[in-house]
Amino acid sequence: MLEIRDISKTFNAGTINEKKALDHVSLTLNDGDFCTVIGGNGAGKSTIMNAVAGVWPVDEGSILIGGKDVTGLCEYKRASFLGRVFQDPMIGTAADMQIVENLAMAARRGKKRTLRWGVTKQEYDRYRELLRTLDLGLEDRMTAKVGLLSGGQRQALTLLMATMQRPELLLLDEHTAALDPRTAAKVLEATDRIVSENKLTTMMVTHNMKDAIVHGNRLIMMSEGRKIFDVSGEEKKNLKVADLLRKFEEAGGANEISDRMVLDSQE
Amino acid sequence: MLMYLASLNPIALFRSCPGGIAQGLIWGIMALGVFITFRMLNFADLTVDGSFATGGAVCIMLLLQGWNPEIALFFSFLAGVACGLVTGIFHTVFGIPDILAGILTQISLWSINLVNILGKANQAINAGTMKLRITSNFIYMPRTILILFICCAVIVVIMYWYLGTEHGSALRATGINPQMTRAQGINTDVMKVVGLALSNGLVALSGGMLSQYQGFADINMGRGAIVIGLAAVIIGEVIGMSIFGKRMNFMLRLSFVVAGSIIYYLVYVLVLWLKFPADEMKLLTAIVVAIFLAVPYLKGKSANSFGALARRNAKLAKQKQNDGKEEGSC
Ligand SMILES: Nc1ncnc2c1ncn2[C@@H]1O[C@H](COP(=O)(O)OP(=O)(O)OP(=O)(O)O)[C@@H](O)[C@H]1O
Ligand SMILES: [Mg+2]
Repeated sequence: MLEIRDISKTFNAGTINEKKALDHVSLTLNDGDFCTVIGGNGAGKSTIMNAVAGVWPVDEGSILIGGKDVTGLCEYKRASFLGRVFQDPMIGTAADMQIVENLAMAARRGKKRTLRWGVTKQEYDRYRELLRTLDLGLEDRMTAKVGLLSGGQRQALTLLMATMQRPELLLLDEHTAALDPRTAAKVLEATDRIVSENKLTTMMVTHNMKDAIVHGNRLIMMSEGRKIFDVSGEEKKNLKVADLLRKFEEAGGANEISDRMVLDSQE
Repeated sequence: MLMYLASLNPIALFRSCPGGIAQGLIWGIMALGVFITFRMLNFADLTVDGSFATGGAVCIMLLLQGWNPEIALFFSFLAGVACGLVTGIFHTVFGIPDILAGILTQISLWSINLVNILGKANQAINAGTMKLRITSNFIYMPRTILILFICCAVIVVIMYWYLGTEHGSALRATGINPQMTRAQGINTDVMKVVGLALSNGLVALSGGMLSQYQGFADINMGRGAIVIGLAAVIIGEVIGMSIFGKRMNFMLRLSFVVAGSIIYYLVYVLVLWLKFPADEMKLLTAIVVAIFLAVPYLKGKSANSFGALARRNAKLAKQKQNDGKEEGSC
């Protein structure tokens, strides 16, 4: 479903700020795989997501989604294959537009924008049902501006928008990091449900090692732009936080583990 | 003072009101164009000072060559679209920041208007001999106002429709959150160019109408147009919000842009009647726009400022103290 072949990316090449953010990374996800991604700050987790999403072109290597080579496609063209939820709740939705308008736009992801009306009557009913599945009461506030919603509500809405038009690949970049623990748990629950209901191929970045272990069937660890650990199946199921910590140390990245990661994982 | 008051002629004020309304309607179309860039695309587009004059110049030159006035206006619109395209390409293809991209087009247009279109600083038509539907001739004023009113109404309806379509929604989203918009598969660069083209098309159409109304085009007719457009947008918003508050829907928002422009020109007429020097009108407009832009910002800031918090807390503490005293005295 997703095939990353030996990609590299260096930011600000040739300046004193030169930063090799991705160093020959390869990764293949099968249809329906749910892969969690962990790593310290600056390990390149967001960068690998951005590379897949086409925010900028990679320096070398290629990326295939559903067997199609998308390496040369720009961000908005790749959007038809991808659903994305970002770390910052402000980024995934248009604050000054209504909830339905946001959903209607997401429902047309990857389609040509015509001069037909932006939200049809039938869509209202469909979206009401969809919003009800979130259990946040948003179905009664469909014409409210998204800017009035809380961060958690906006993330849940973004998740819905990313998945309502079945994406070939769902990219979640620390999408619960900005939320309080209870809301985060709720959004994660919704994530699990939506992913399994639709059998979505998913990549989820998290800094919480426990979440990384509990969710999904695959786990990769990044450090300094490289993939240093890749487990799946039984081995992944039997992982312990201590195992991951040891892996970090082995990679010489012990000091990379932020307190945040350890603390959150101990809860 | 008394002599000043005695010199004011109420009948003159009454007679100049229709002209104010007509000009307000003409500039209202211009303001609707500014609304697209300023409010929808979140793009501070300074092209308009140039494209407004281009619209006027194109219209007058075509009229001088015997073209039909309505067709001339259509070509003014097209000329404006071209101006917007240029700014859009400067910005999206060459990565020039929005304000600078607009200024570059505006400055180039000044030369183009002077050298390539008008050929001299101003060109006049003999309005009396032409069958113009938009004219400042006092006899035809009711008809002119009616026609302009219908034009504004039609443009408001078309804009309401367009901005509600899939395409228009994508344009609005581009102005609000380009990152999210791209993630929905929308080419934000194209949307910006489309918005700029439509906006400047309306601005130039308005310039064409003004040149018909006043019977001439002048290379300086667009100077400061952006400020007048902004004034209309902002005055309309403030008044609309104070009347309708939360019930202000999108149709009303658009209508109040035109209303804001009419109010601006009525105030203009009044200020001139009070013998305020016309040359200082631009200064006055700039001050009004600055105040209207600053007030919402300062209001938001004072509601969220540390100073205000300290004052509120001090007040509460004082109240408590007073309450305590009263209890004690009982
Ligand atoms: N657009 C960019 N321009 C320049 N440098 C960048 C850019 N994006 C990322 N980097 C750099 O690349 C490195 C990897 O960043 P990345 O955002 O992928 O880290 P991360 O693993 O997501 O960390 P975090 O947990 O802090 O989000 C960092 O050193 C970062 O400064
Ligand atoms: Mg990150």
